[in-house]
Amino acid sequence: MSGDRPHRRGLLQALAALGGLAVSGCDRLSNAPRFRSALDAANGLTYRAQRLLIGPHQLAPEYSEADISPVFRANGSTDPQDDDYLALVGNQFADWRLKVHGLVERELSLSLTELRALPARTQITRHDCVEGWSCIGKWTGAPLSEILSRSGVKPEARFVVFHCADTLDDGGGFGEDPESIRYYESIDLVDAMHPQTILAYDMNGAPLTVPHGAPLRLRVERQLGYKMAKYVMRIELVESFAHLHGGRGGYWEDRGYEWYAGI
Amino acid sequence: MAAVLTPDPPVPERRFRRHSGLVRLTHWINALCFTVLLMSGLQIFNAHPALNVGQSSDFDHPVLSILARSSERGLVGETTILGHAFDTTGVLGASRAGGQIASRAFPSWITIPSVQDLATGRRWHFFFAWLLVSNGLVYLAWGFASRHFGRDLLPRRAELELRHLGREVVDHLRLRFPRGEAARRYNVLQQLAYLLAVFGLFPLMIFTGLTMSPGVDSAAPQLLALFGGRQTARLIHFAAASGLVLFVIVHLAAVLASGVLNNLRSMVTGWYDLGEARTTDVR
Repeated sequence: MSGDRPHRRGLLQALAALGGLAVSGCDRLSNAPRFRSALDAANGLTYRAQRLLIGPHQLAPEYSEADISPVFRANGSTDPQDDDYLALVGNQFADWRLKVHGLVERELSLSLTELRALPARTQITRHDCVEGWSCIGKWTGAPLSEILSRSGVKPEARFVVFHCADTLDDGGGFGEDPESIRYYESIDLVDAMHPQTILAYDMNGAPLTVPHGAPLRLRVERQLGYKMAKYVMRIELVESFAHLHGGRGGYWEDRGYEWYAGI
Repeated sequence: MAAVLTPDPPVPERRFRRHSGLVRLTHWINALCFTVLLMSGLQIFNAHPALNVGQSSDFDHPVLSILARSSERGLVGETTILGHAFDTTGVLGASRAGGQIASRAFPSWITIPSVQDLATGRRWHFFFAWLLVSNGLVYLAWGFASRHFGRDLLPRRAELELRHLGREVVDHLRLRFPRGEAARRYNVLQQLAYLLAVFGLFPLMIFTGLTMSPGVDSAAPQLLALFGGRQTARLIHFAAASGLVLFVIVHLAAVLASGVLNNLRSMVTGWYDLGEARTTDVR
């Protein structure tokens, strides 16, 4: 096939040019809203497929004491400097209350002592960060279902939103008002009622430390780490999260990450 | 005079339809998916450029890491494999992004998107993962139903004998590819390479990928046991992807060396020109 030879160099050049075009094309596509939402359809598909194929009470794998990571990496906010939060830390969270409100039958305001008096669950689970690493830790806390059974959930409620005490960064175009860029997260009622979904106050047998979200953090064991809000202050039941912050249901979701983080 | 006008003896048909429409379609969709998955996968890797074994990460002793560190000559890229460090400045660990040397495991020209953006990389990755799996299932279903696998990809016993394999390897290394009638069938090295990709590496990619999903792990913890933990699954995902890159390199080299236009035409239109048989071919 020596007749191919002159073509071959041209073909390689064409391929190289095409490659360059493809890379810049991919970047342009990445920023096109319509293309982004088309790509996002895959997340909706993943969410529906996992909800369909994975039973609502299937447990995430639990591990043994020997598997606990010697060092559990703390990510995201590790030392919030918000005034209100610093005041709570200064008083060992004696003044801290967990507020449960929104589409509930009864609003709740729970102290740490009251939370600790609720039935507790302890689980040794793997924490998977969206970045790719995993750490194993032991968590003790009150199942969210226990709290929601006490507050009652109105029939129109579809999501549980967790409002947190920490401001992660400058907001990245979401305004200067700290309240508008506080960390928040949301999950659906399937995950909210899951037996391993707890509000943890202990980690590895000791009260939660500030880097890990003291006094209370969420554990949603079948999703990635960014869903597991730290420094939880309020739990709000809503029909839709479109009116909250960036409208995509979470701090990182507003910055492009998927709302459903089971993958 | 009449004798001069007698027609030539019939020429044996040199062109034949090598690839069915479905193989051609799924091949190109797969090529697109693999390219995007590879490049967005490297973007995702860059968010935590280290590989570990087991369930959880040992941040101090990874099996492989691609990091940047500062030195007196600026940012240096360092790739460490099992404790052995290599200077890979310019390509791995530290490379040019927008005119400036930046800390990033894989360089910007090979990631989607080119800038460091994990969220967007994941969107590309999962969209094209769904497409790759759907496309792969269509191909598999058709491949079994039409007996394509059994007829075209399964080597014959005699071809698997060491002497035959050895001759094929030598022929390939000398860039002597089958021509004429011998080119009608895939040769045994092609068959083995395709079987490895279709039934080995691609399934390995998909299942190790699924093992990294905390949702899937709750439904199928057997996957964790099979691969030896989520971090091992991540390592195998990376290794199998490297294997597929190697496959593609060899595949493209063979396409170029054995008649690029003929090969391309057969994968686009289906028609392949068998060429003249070598008179030296003894088969």
